[in-house]
Amino acid sequence: MTIYLFYFLSFLAILCGLMVVLEKNPVHSVLYLIITFFAIAGHYILLNAQFLAVVHVIVYAGAIMVLFLFVIMLLNLNKETEPHKTNLVKFAAVISAGLLLVVLVAALRGTESLPSPSTINADMGLVKNLGKVLFNQFLLPFETASLLFLAAMVGAVMLGKRDIK
Amino acid sequence: MLSYIIYKAILVVIVFSITLVAAMYSTYAERKIAGFLQDRLGPNRAGPFGILQPVADGVKMFMKEEMIPNVSNKFLFILGPSVAMFTSLMTGAVIPWGTSLTIAGHQYSLQVADVNIGILYLLGVTSVGVYGIMIGGWASNNKFALLGALRASSQMISYEVALGLSIIALIMTTGTLSIGEIAAQQHGWHWNILYQPLGFLIFIICAFAETNRAPFDLPECESELIGGYHTEYSSMKLGFYLFAEYTNMFISSAVIATLYFGGYNMPLLGRFVHDPNALVLLGTFFLFCKICFFIFLFMWVRWTLPRFRYDQLMNLGWKGLIPLAILNIAITGIVMWITGKIN
Amino acid sequence: MQSLTNRSKVVSNKKMTFMERIYLPAIFGGMMITLGHFFRKKTTVQYPEVKRPFAPVYRGMHVLKRDENGAERCTACGLCAVACPAEAITMVAAERKPGEEKLYREEKYASTYEINMLRCIFCGDCEDACPKESIFLTDRIVPSDSFRDKFVYGKDLLVEPMEENKRIDISKRQTKEVLEFKKHKEFQHNRLK
Repeated sequence: MTIYLFYFLSFLAILCGLMVVLEKNPVHSVLYLIITFFAIAGHYILLNAQFLAVVHVIVYAGAIMVLFLFVIMLLNLNKETEPHKTNLVKFAAVISAGLLLVVLVAALRGTESLPSPSTINADMGLVKNLGKVLFNQFLLPFETASLLFLAAMVGAVMLGKRDIK
Repeated sequence: MLSYIIYKAILVVIVFSITLVAAMYSTYAERKIAGFLQDRLGPNRAGPFGILQPVADGVKMFMKEEMIPNVSNKFLFILGPSVAMFTSLMTGAVIPWGTSLTIAGHQYSLQVADVNIGILYLLGVTSVGVYGIMIGGWASNNKFALLGALRASSQMISYEVALGLSIIALIMTTGTLSIGEIAAQQHGWHWNILYQPLGFLIFIICAFAETNRAPFDLPECESELIGGYHTEYSSMKLGFYLFAEYTNMFISSAVIATLYFGGYNMPLLGRFVHDPNALVLLGTFFLFCKICFFIFLFMWVRWTLPRFRYDQLMNLGWKGLIPLAILNIAITGIVMWITGKIN
Repeated sequence: MQSLTNRSKVVSNKKMTFMERIYLPAIFGGMMITLGHFFRKKTTVQYPEVKRPFAPVYRGMHVLKRDENGAERCTACGLCAVACPAEAITMVAAERKPGEEKLYREEKYASTYEINMLRCIFCGDCEDACPKESIFLTDRIVPSDSFRDKFVYGKDLLVEPMEENKRIDISKRQTKEVLEFKKHKEFQHNRLK
C-alpha cells in the first residue's frame, strides 16, 4: 500500500516538475509547481514527518507560491514582451544548471554513508522530537538561519522603502 | 477494522452534512440578522418565518444560466470554486465536536481525525484556500476579478502571519498542537480566553480577515470591484464561492469556540447530568451554541462596521496586529517564566 | 478668505487619543447601537396582507360622479380642462336628446371625457374647478400597464357605476377644510379671472 503511494507521489512529483519547465504559460507552470510541492509533502507524511509536511505546505505552497503567482499575474508575460536572450545568457544558464546537477549528484552519493532506515527513530519527524533536536543539537545553525532571515527582511524593507530626499 | 472504517465514514458524512446545512442556514441567518439590525423583518415568505429561503435560493442558483467567459481557461475557471469549496470543507476534520460516545462497550470519538498537529493542519488548509480565489480570479480574464483575487490573496497571507503568531502564544500555554487535547484541557472554567485575552482578540480579528468578512471584505468590494474575484461567475459556481465563505465562517467559529471558549466543555454541567453519553451529547450541543454565537458575532460586526480602506487594512495587519502578537508571545513567555511553568 | 455664507464649519484635524486610535471602544459602542435595533419593533408592513391606510385627502384616480338619481353630473363646461396644469383632460360636448334625462342631469353633457393618466399630476385642480360637483380624486391607484395608450382613461373607466351599491364613496374626502373651501368657490374663480 505504502509503496504504491510512494510510486504514485514520485510519479506525480516528477511529471509536474517536468510540466513546470515545459509549460508555455507561466501561471500554469506555477500551478504545476504547487502540485509538485503537494506531492513532496505527501512524501514527508510517508516518512512520518507530519510537521515537516504541514510546514512545507504552509510555507511553500501557501505563502511563497502565492507570491510567485502574484508577481506573474501582474507581470503580463506574453510573447511580445519577452526579453530576447543572448547566447551568452543561455550559456551561463546551462553552466549554472549543470553545476546544480553536480551538487545534487554529489549529495545523493553521500546517502550511502547514512545509517540504515531501521536504526532511525520512526517518530523523529514529530514536533516534540524535532524541536528537541533543533534546540539542542542544532541550536547554532538554527539561530544563524533566523539571523539570516532577519537580515533578508531588513534588506527587503530597505529596498522597498521610498528614496529619502 | 471494517467497523472502524464504517464508523469513521458515518462520522465524516455527519460532519459534512452538518457543515453544509450550517452554511446553508448561515445565508438565511445573515439576511434575517441584517434585517433585524436594520429594523426590518428579513425574508419571511418561503415557509414559516422564511425557513425554506435557503432551499429556494439553492434552487434558484441551480436554475440560473451557466456562463463561462469565452477567452478564459475553462479548466482553471472550474477549478477555482472547487478548490475554495474543497479547502473550506476539509477543515472540519480536525475539530473535536465532542468527547467519545460509549456504545456497547466501544469508544467512539466525535473527532474525525485527531492529528497531533491539528492546528498546523488548519493553518495549512487555510493557506491553500487562497488558491481557490486566486485561480478563479485569474481564470476569469477580467481585470476586476484579477484585482479582487490579488486583494484577497495579499490580505489572506498578511493576516495568516498574525493568526499564526497569536496561536503560538496559545500553544505555549497549552503545550500541544493537537486540537483534541487543547479542547480537553479546557474543562471546567479553564477556558483559554481567560489566559489569552489578547491572543483571542488578535485571533478573532484575523479570522474576520481570513474569511473575507466585513469589515475586511475588500476582495468582493462591490463599490470598487463590481463583485471582486467572482465577478464573472454565475449559477452554482458563484454559489460555491458564496457557500465556501459561509462554510469558512462556520469552521472559524468552531475553531474560535474550540481554541478559546472551551469547545464542548461547559462548566457545572457534570453536576446535573450523570449519564456519560448524555453529557457528551450536551457538550456537543453547547459547542454548537457557542458556534452559533460566533456566527452571530460575525454577522453583527458585518452589519455594524463600514469597510476598511485597503491601506488601512494592510497597516492594521502588518503594523498593528503582528507586533501586538509578538508582544503577546513575549508577555506569555514572561508570565510563564514567573509562575514557574517553564524553567 | 472671507466666507460667502455663515454656514462654513472649521474642521479640526486633531490627533486621536490612544483610546480613539485602538478603535475597539468605538466599535463596541457601534455594535451596542445595532444590537439595540435588533430588539426594536420592526417597521415592516406585510404589504399584500396589510395595507397602510391612505390619508383622507389622498389624491388618486379620478371619478366622474352621478347624482342621486344616477344621472351624470358633468355638463362638459371644460373648466376642469382649463384648470388642468398638465393639460391631461380633453372632452367633447354633446346636447342631451329628449328621453335621456335619466342619464344626464344637465342639457349639455360630455359625450367623450378623457384623462391621460400619464400626463396627470394628481394636483386636484380639476376637482376645485368643477362647478357641478362632478369630478373628484379618490384613494384608488391608477394601475400600471405596459402600453401608453392604455393610460388614456375614457368615460368607461372614469364614470362611477350606475348601481347604488357600487358607487364610489368620496364622503371621507369632504373634510371640514374642503367644505369650507368649496363654499367660497365662486370667489376663487373670480380671482382667477
